[in-house]
Amino acid sequence: MTYELSAEHEAFRKSVREFAEAEIAPHAAEWDRKHHFPSDVVQKMGSLGLMGLTAPEEYGGAGLSGEDGGFTSLCLAIEEIGRVDQSMGITLEAAVGLGINPILTFGTEEQKQAWLPDLVAGRTLAGFGLTEPGAGSDAGATKTKAELVDGPDGQEWVVNGSKQFITNSGADITSLVTVTARTGTRADGRAEISTIIVPSDTPGFIAEPAYDKLGWHASDTHPLTFTDARVPEANLLGERGRGFAQFLATLDDGRVAIAALAVGCIQACLDMSLQYAGERTTFGVPIGAKQGVAFQIADLEVMLRASRLLTYQAAAMKDAGRPMKEFKQAAAVAKLYATESAVTATRIATQVFGGYGFMEEYPVARFYRDAKVLEIGEGTSEVQRMLIARGKGLPVE
Amino acid sequence: MNIVVCVKYVPDATADRKFEDDNTVDRVGVDGLLSELDEYAVEQALQIKDKQADDTEVTVLSVGPENATDAVRKALQMGADKGVHVVDDAIAGSDALATSLVLAEAIKKIPHDLVVCGMASTDGGMGVVPAMLSERLGVPGVTLGSEISVEGETVKIRRDGDASTDTIEGSLPLVLSVTDQSGEARYPSFKGIMAAKKKPVETWSLSDLGVDAGSVGAGAAWSVVESTDARPPRTAGEIVTDEDGSGAKALVDFLASKKFI
Ligand SMILES: Cc1cc2nc3c(=O)[nH]c(=O)nc-3n(C[C@H](O)[C@H](O)[C@H](O)COP(=O)(O)OP(=O)(O)OC[C@H]3O[C@@H](n4cnc5c(N)ncnc54)[C@H](O)[C@@H]3O)c2cc1C
Repeated sequence: MTYELSAEHEAFRKSVREFAEAEIAPHAAEWDRKHHFPSDVVQKMGSLGLMGLTAPEEYGGAGLSGEDGGFTSLCLAIEEIGRVDQSMGITLEAAVGLGINPILTFGTEEQKQAWLPDLVAGRTLAGFGLTEPGAGSDAGATKTKAELVDGPDGQEWVVNGSKQFITNSGADITSLVTVTARTGTRADGRAEISTIIVPSDTPGFIAEPAYDKLGWHASDTHPLTFTDARVPEANLLGERGRGFAQFLATLDDGRVAIAALAVGCIQACLDMSLQYAGERTTFGVPIGAKQGVAFQIADLEVMLRASRLLTYQAAAMKDAGRPMKEFKQAAAVAKLYATESAVTATRIATQVFGGYGFMEEYPVARFYRDAKVLEIGEGTSEVQRMLIARGKGLPVE
Repeated sequence: MNIVVCVKYVPDATADRKFEDDNTVDRVGVDGLLSELDEYAVEQALQIKDKQADDTEVTVLSVGPENATDAVRKALQMGADKGVHVVDDAIAGSDALATSLVLAEAIKKIPHDLVVCGMASTDGGMGVVPAMLSERLGVPGVTLGSEISVEGETVKIRRDGDASTDTIEGSLPLVLSVTDQSGEARYPSFKGIMAAKKKPVETWSLSDLGVDAGSVGAGAAWSVVESTDARPPRTAGEIVTDEDGSGAKALVDFLASKKFI
């Protein structure tokens, strides 16, 4: 058996690569330095159809079947964008995985009609507010509350609380955030969690000033506060009390997409290291002639191939509609292995560049800073290991 | 409306480019692609189609070797509706006159109101085919447009010259060529790539067009490339250091000697 991407997927990879090289690569360093979120370029990714790869045609998406490999094509796009700029890679990943997916998967027809066309076209962005100051890995510990009360035009949800580290939540083109909130107490005494759509212009909803992050400088991340933020009852996303199940499902796809972003990072590390190892000479020969350097680059090639296979195999399982349990395991394995490899790869690439690798003048330094968060977002490495071990039947807490 | 876009398959300028023993460009043994300058033509044709919002059809036409289908395929991925590829061993080595003959005969077999070309090829770079086509088809040639609009039967372009900017109008049917200032070409989307799989591409030979093989190819060329030499490697720049105030003059002298001013 061989595992290869289709000719169409390869043609698409080329198309996204040309886009990334022309529209993103020349500016990535400057956006990083200035912590600038380039809304116009994000919208250009939208024009290229990158946000609509997994959406049906009726909302402006590509309308692909699983057989066409829609999810695989999204992973390819994230990888190729991430190869030149991890910030724009995560922006795309979050726009689809965290922004569009919850509405597409769980939204009512009215909600889809209202929000998806602009999101799918990339004219606007949506954030997904799950994490809170006191609820990260333990997302069920959500404190944010939403109460149904009488309003002037019928019942309204009143949202109070705060969210932490929310991607794409405060850009000038952000149209909404979906937030998980406690909407009551279940019969078993545990919190009932639901998801509410909060449009960006809702009074009482504030995207606080952006974080000063170690990496992903050009990605938009904010803390959010909700102070009596009122939205119509119809803004409940899907069913009441399903919030927990909704975000767990949302995160599975996201894991594979993050793995794809990590693959892009490893590819960048390999490309940069390979070139530099041929150019830089010490003791009269290119450093690539030294086993100490060459063997590290060989390791990069191994990490790249292994991560890529795990990632696209998981993506293909999603496209093929394989059983959820099988896919979840593959997604966690791909995320864990690819992201940890990416961090190692950036460490190796920086080492190959020597002192120059520590200078912001070279993109290696940016990738070094950007990689770390891959092991944290959308489920930390520890959480992935926990899921994988549980998948093997171990009773891990 | 029916639009025909002429596109050329050219050697990839970022890869190694070579000449054959007879000094014609090697188009088979090297990586090729849809000429970047023709991407602008495809883009303009697609924009016209989008604006017409009717059943306007865009046909891409390429005369070239076997792998020139790649250029046709790329244009279909961008959004053109169907393709025609004229391929025949006898065509190899054709000059612009012969190329325009084959193109014109092919265009005559395709319903067309508007023929769109790029401003020049990125390999030969002569830029004469559009004018030759308009002559051969007996229709107006409106060339080097950097802004294009179509209203009813009228095509209007802006042509930016060194000394003036001209607005030129012609009525359909006509041949239009567009510059690299006319608007960035779109990248193929995945949806476009998937859709292109199902779009028809016809392959025609010279006999399908009723063109005599003796009137094209290297043997019929009006001009011959006698020899080619690789461009000498770039020499180091000249640094003008201003120590006593004579720097400006030295700069001006340099620019004047190179005829930049
Ligand atoms: C740049 C950025 C963007 C983000 N974007 C979003 C977003 O758009 N939406 C969103 O909702 N969230 C987002 N997050 C939040 C992210 O998902 C969380 O940071 C992550 O889930 C970890 O949660 P925490 O930070 O609270 O860490 P904690 O959960 O407090 O974890 C601290 C440490 O303890 C470990 N740990 C925790 N529980 C266990 C356990 N059971 N077993 C073993 N080890 C454990 C963790 O692995 C970690 O090492 C983003 C984060 C960052 C940094």
